[in-house]
Amino acid sequence: MRTALILLFLLALASVPGSLFPQRGTSPLRVSQYLRDHPDAGPILDRLYLFDVFASPWFGAIYLLLFISLAGCVIPRVGVHWQELRSLPPQAPTNLNRLPAYQQWVVSDQKQDVLLKAELSWRKSGWRIRTGPDWISAERGYARETGNLIFHLALLIVLVAVGFGGATGYKGTVIVREGAGFANNVTQYDTFAPGRNFNPEELSPFAFELTDFSAEYQRGGMQNGASRMFQADFDLVRTPNSPVEKVELQVNKPLRVSGSSVYLVGHGYSPEFTIKNEAGEIVWQDAAVFLPQDGAFTSTGVVKIPDTVPQLGIQGFFLPTLSADFSTGPRSEFPAADRPAVYLSAWLGDLGLDNGIPQSVYKLDTTNMKRIGIEELIPGQTWELPENQGTLEFTGYKEWASFSITQDHGKGWALVASMLAIFGLTLSLLVPRRRAWLRVSETSEGATLCEVAGLAKTEAPGLTSEIEKLALSLK
Amino acid sequence: MQIDQSLAELSDLLIYGAMTTLTAGMVAFSVALAKGRQLEPISNSENRSIEISHQLKMGATTTLETPSVTTSNAEGAGRRAGNIGMAVMWLSTILIGGALVLRGLSANRLPWGNMYEFSIAAGFSITAAYCALSLKRDLRWLGLFITIPVLLALGLAITVLYTESAPLVPALRSYWLAIHVTTAIVCIGAFTVGALLSSLYLIAEKSEDRIKASTTATKLDQLAKRLPNADRLDLMAYRIHAFMFPLWTFSVIAGAIWAEAAWGRYWGWDPKETWAFITWVIYAAYLHARATAGWRGRRAAYIAIAGFLAIIFNYFVVNTVIQGLHSYSGLN
Ligand code: HEM
Repeated sequence: MRTALILLFLLALASVPGSLFPQRGTSPLRVSQYLRDHPDAGPILDRLYLFDVFASPWFGAIYLLLFISLAGCVIPRVGVHWQELRSLPPQAPTNLNRLPAYQQWVVSDQKQDVLLKAELSWRKSGWRIRTGPDWISAERGYARETGNLIFHLALLIVLVAVGFGGATGYKGTVIVREGAGFANNVTQYDTFAPGRNFNPEELSPFAFELTDFSAEYQRGGMQNGASRMFQADFDLVRTPNSPVEKVELQVNKPLRVSGSSVYLVGHGYSPEFTIKNEAGEIVWQDAAVFLPQDGAFTSTGVVKIPDTVPQLGIQGFFLPTLSADFSTGPRSEFPAADRPAVYLSAWLGDLGLDNGIPQSVYKLDTTNMKRIGIEELIPGQTWELPENQGTLEFTGYKEWASFSITQDHGKGWALVASMLAIFGLTLSLLVPRRRAWLRVSETSEGATLCEVAGLAKTEAPGLTSEIEKLALSLK
Repeated sequence: MQIDQSLAELSDLLIYGAMTTLTAGMVAFSVALAKGRQLEPISNSENRSIEISHQLKMGATTTLETPSVTTSNAEGAGRRAGNIGMAVMWLSTILIGGALVLRGLSANRLPWGNMYEFSIAAGFSITAAYCALSLKRDLRWLGLFITIPVLLALGLAITVLYTESAPLVPALRSYWLAIHVTTAIVCIGAFTVGALLSSLYLIAEKSEDRIKASTTATKLDQLAKRLPNADRLDLMAYRIHAFMFPLWTFSVIAGAIWAEAAWGRYWGWDPKETWAFITWVIYAAYLHARATAGWRGRRAAYIAIAGFLAIIFNYFVVNTVIQGLHSYSGLN
């Protein structure tokens, strides 16, 4: 028990840094920012796994030790308890008056009658009875230990299920614009994190097209702009041959498709541009995904056009509701697209796409570029790009939604095991385990002296009153 | 969804009302503690039995009766103050409960969707649990210690955490929210009482030690005289924790189910989840400590208090500061 206690402390203590330092698993961007801000301490902390606490060897060591000690302590107890469940309570001690909750009284009945009456009535109220020549031993509350064992074993199952689910599952994210589609295939994901034993052939072959995205926001009041509802409508095909289904996806209402779950996790805007070269030929026409930067959906993004010479890059803001106040730079003041506008800068030079280093599609590498102009546009307006680079028309916008798609074969088991754990825990903490004894002896007047006593094996209230009840049933 | 502002304002008024009555309750309970009789002699049982056998031998001695006559006036005042305190606690419970109901009606949803409402609800669960428990036994000695955290919770809520009544953001709209948050509130209320009892146990236990060692009495001993003895306090604390631990476990699991439905993973070690886990492990350690030789009593009580501090940290620090710590980067 002392080992378990100390390991539990260590586990609690070891989790603390996981909440104080940014973690790679949940916020990789914050980790890189932290490393940039703390060039001296950062790498040392990193080497101590403080940005990967829950995947660190020391955290793993603690919980492994805990579970080894759990198995080592609980599995033998299963055998012991099994024996106990099949045997009778121990004999009554000779001197009951040394025990707690002791009572004695005298009745005129015969000894054997008292014993028989006690056996029948105690048995009926759930006690396991062992009889002797002039005593009865009774015990109840075996469910306490059963529950305790169920609880600890269920914890082991939870751990196995979590590990199994993580190893054989995956988690991916993808951004889909209105009108665009997604087919469940590793190459279509923006990020894809498979477990160690994930088998790509297991990806369920569904596909969908995002037909519409809609959002509602609080207007006015202290929570002005807070999100009130968002919903993605899409056409879903569960397997290549199945019919098209109309599906609505909302936060908290994931879509379950044959072992995978699709969650709506975020959304944003994609301004649409038509860019023509000096000769009036279209060099780019699409909706570009811009990423929201604040609660009012001030969004930033880029368009890269590698085919022009020199190469052209557009970088800028999409503002769903253009703020009148420009003192802090281009800013949106409300998340809904009430007064959409873009605020763009155009760059000319080398986009740096050919040097082999992977680039973010949301950032422009401007090291080898020069800015040729800036402009603010509302839908329908066209910008004559400086230096005869042609025109850029801001034709409108679409919305996009981001989805998290996961597969976890372990979670059902983890759920069942945790329910089992709660069940066991409840028994283990609330069922009292106690023993009671009755001894009868003949008094000098030929009457029968009855003695009753009890013993609580665990801390649970009400021993005295329970023994009183037992005595009362005989008086 | 329309917000009924007048109901929301009435709800705020009831909170101010409850703070007033709780303050009155605090005064009444202080008087009750200062003037009240000793609940149980806390001198150790040996002394007590000596006293009793002495009494038996001598018959009812006048020396024992005289002081009890002089204390009975003060005792009466203490008892009256305690009764006033209890009545005020019932009133406060009704006021806070009313504020919650009105708040819920004003936005047409369960009234626990933000830190303001959560604090009010936790305050309610503490006073309601106290009143309910006091139906079965005399808990006037505990009243003062109940009013303090509830006043703090309401005070912080109405000043620092205040949020206008509003509909929920989409992420919070789930019946698992109802289940997860409701159970969490109940547990936090009960764990608050548990931590109070464990703290009082520590005071009583130290005081009993001092009396045994016949060292000079301190102010705390005066307090301890008005409390149940250390063993009983310890047992009460244990019962609350043991009763609540399964519910807390359930609450954490309900949170995981909700997280699965909302974010696609049932456990992600975000700071909030991490601290829920830490709290759970500390309380498991408490239950183990109670079954480990050398750890029962004082050490177990410290663990229970540590569990409560983890809850408070999760609520106030993780909800506000930890986010803030990270938002320095603007990447929030
Ligand atoms: C994941 C870690 C663990 C958790 C969360 C946990 C939790 C609990 C809980 C809540 C109880 C009920 C306490 C009671 O009945 O009063 C308990 C009892 C017990 N645990 Fe654990 N436990 C863990 C690991 C272990 C380990 C590693 C051991 C073995 C060394 C162990 C041995 C016991 C024993 C013997 C009891 C019975 C105590 C009694 O009957 O009062 N536990 N545990």
